[in-house]
Amino acid sequence: MTKQYEFHNRGLPYLLVLPQMIIIFVFFFWPAFQALIQSLYIQDAFGLSLIFVGLENYQKLFQDPLYLDSILLSFKFAIAVAFTAMVIALFLAVQANKKIVGRTIYTTMLVWPYAVATLIAGVLWMFLFNPTVGIVSWVLKQMGYDWNFLVKADQAFFLVTLASSWKQISYNFVFFIAGLQNVPTSLIEAAAIDGGGPFTRFWRIVFPLLSPTTFYLLIMNLVYAFFETFPIIHQVTSGGPNQATNILVYKVYKDGVINLDLGTSAAESVVLMLIVVGLSVLQFRFLERKVEY
Amino acid sequence: MKKILMVTVAMATAVMAFSQTTIEFWHAMGGKNGEVTEKIVSLFNQSQNDYKVVPVFKGSYPDTMNAGIAAFRAGNAPAILQVYEVGTATMMAAKGAIKPVYQLMQEQNEPFDPKAYIPTITGYYSTTKGEMLSMPFNSSTAVMYYNKDAFKKAGLDPNSPPKTWPEFFTVARKLKAAGYDAGFTTNWISWIQLENFSAWHNLPFGTKANGFDGLDTELVFNGPVQVKHFENLYQASKEGVFKYGGRENKANSLFTSGAVPLHFESIGGYGAMKATCKFDFGVAMLPYYPEVKGAPQNSIIGGASLWVMNQKDQRAYKAVAKFFSFLSKPEIQAMWHQETGYLPITKAAYELTKSQGYYKDNPGPEIAIKELLNKDPTENTLGLRFGFMPQIRTIEDEQWESILDGKVTPKQGLDEMVRLGNIKLREFERISK
Repeated sequence: MTKQYEFHNRGLPYLLVLPQMIIIFVFFFWPAFQALIQSLYIQDAFGLSLIFVGLENYQKLFQDPLYLDSILLSFKFAIAVAFTAMVIALFLAVQANKKIVGRTIYTTMLVWPYAVATLIAGVLWMFLFNPTVGIVSWVLKQMGYDWNFLVKADQAFFLVTLASSWKQISYNFVFFIAGLQNVPTSLIEAAAIDGGGPFTRFWRIVFPLLSPTTFYLLIMNLVYAFFETFPIIHQVTSGGPNQATNILVYKVYKDGVINLDLGTSAAESVVLMLIVVGLSVLQFRFLERKVEY
Repeated sequence: MKKILMVTVAMATAVMAFSQTTIEFWHAMGGKNGEVTEKIVSLFNQSQNDYKVVPVFKGSYPDTMNAGIAAFRAGNAPAILQVYEVGTATMMAAKGAIKPVYQLMQEQNEPFDPKAYIPTITGYYSTTKGEMLSMPFNSSTAVMYYNKDAFKKAGLDPNSPPKTWPEFFTVARKLKAAGYDAGFTTNWISWIQLENFSAWHNLPFGTKANGFDGLDTELVFNGPVQVKHFENLYQASKEGVFKYGGRENKANSLFTSGAVPLHFESIGGYGAMKATCKFDFGVAMLPYYPEVKGAPQNSIIGGASLWVMNQKDQRAYKAVAKFFSFLSKPEIQAMWHQETGYLPITKAAYELTKSQGYYKDNPGPEIAIKELLNKDPTENTLGLRFGFMPQIRTIEDEQWESILDGKVTPKQGLDEMVRLGNIKLREFERISK
């Protein structure tokens, strides 16, 4: 028998969730609604002229090859960041989960980068790889490699992916290690008795049991790469060279804040919003069903 | 008794506060420049009792402009808003939001002589009829910096920097051969190697007097001289004689570290250069191609100006007018010029600085002024007035990076800049009508 609590006052629960609802309304629904409206207009920065254009801003976006490139690039970037950050974090978590000396220190150190502000992470990596004064660039130069991410598109993409992943590894690590600790030892022991080596044990037992964590992290990492990597892009490459690292969220910023082209920027943010809504729907549908194993 | 006294005091203060008009001045001057800005404002506040200017630092240029726009939309714009030069067209187009400075000075009967100002500076912020729309505040221009120690090391005369581009490339190659990482670098490909480059050679950057005569302007900076210059830059880059340091002012560290001995940068960076360079450096005018008729013409400015936002209270206009007059005083301008490195906006301030002997120890800033005053400005060299200018500059940076990477030829890159830029100009024309 579970004890049932009843609220005799019908209004109380609503009152209790009200503050949260107000916050969500003011900071999420209202701006989202505004963006939706603005995306149907073109207007000057001061809002002195306002012309209704229907879906023209969207039409313009999807006819612009540069924008289509940016969508493709954002997905490429998000997948690269999520993959890199998750694979490395999982590897480190598995190692840290073993009975080794100094495990707590090791774990603590690995969580540290998460406390670094994204912007600072950007500055850090920029200095390491700066073609003039960077220590890594210097080493690469000694090895005869022509490192200049200010001109070379692939190198710039590699660098922002690396910097963004580094920041996210800690976050993934925490979840993976918690997930690993939830894997029942009895299952692993049973598998060992049946003759499964460490490799088989990991792929047949541990990894499937981790899949809810992995899936959750996948979505979080994708969302992170789509949105929160902004300071890194801003600091390291400003979207360049040419458009090599000009991901969607950076475009919204440039068109809206720097260029004051509000209609275009609003349409861009609505597209971004749809992508994230899509990701969230995916997450809920799959997590509800608990990823199968 | 005590109560009565308190009430009286409170009333007296209220009356005082009432008689004094307070206006806000939103600016983007951080660090040293911010300190000098605050100093000037407090000198103004101390100089009289009727008006009080409150300076508010709002962050970067785009941040400040956005804050001003948001405040306008919410119905409480500051009286004075500092806007960077590339925001000029946006401000101008916002006729219902701003008060043109010439009109303000007239209405307030404030003595105001546009001729007292340096034409290349005020021209940027004026109509073609010479009506000043905003008050120039911090103005700079592009100059060449060179490492004198490196010149000595390479067996070159440190007192005769190259004057023309052919000379310049020869010198740069010699410096590279003397063991430097590269011969030269540059900041601001857009502002220095295209905008100033075009003005310096008296070439139009866009039609309709660089956009001064109308929103239906088109970019035309893909002419033969610019193409040739970009081909030379690309060639130098392939040889390793030119080294790209990044967008905006990111190339500075290449020069200040001593790695690359020739550099192009704003004169506004003069103070910072003096503080960071551990070697002797000189400032020289921008090089030119001698075969181009009329070159060198005059360079154009960068920086920001002060816009007057529409106010409900007429007394606020009076306060702004008084503050602008104060700001234009020779001694205030001379102080601003000497303490920040930005250029003085009046001829009198320039003469005053000269008579104070400032240029004996600091020849750099005077070279920048001489560059601006080199010849009377033509319609190609008064400045630029294009909408979505920040976006156009980004397009230029992007294409330039493609050129360097060898993905497109210099000619293709410049053509693409013009094509994409013109699309932006048409969009701006449409929203500004």
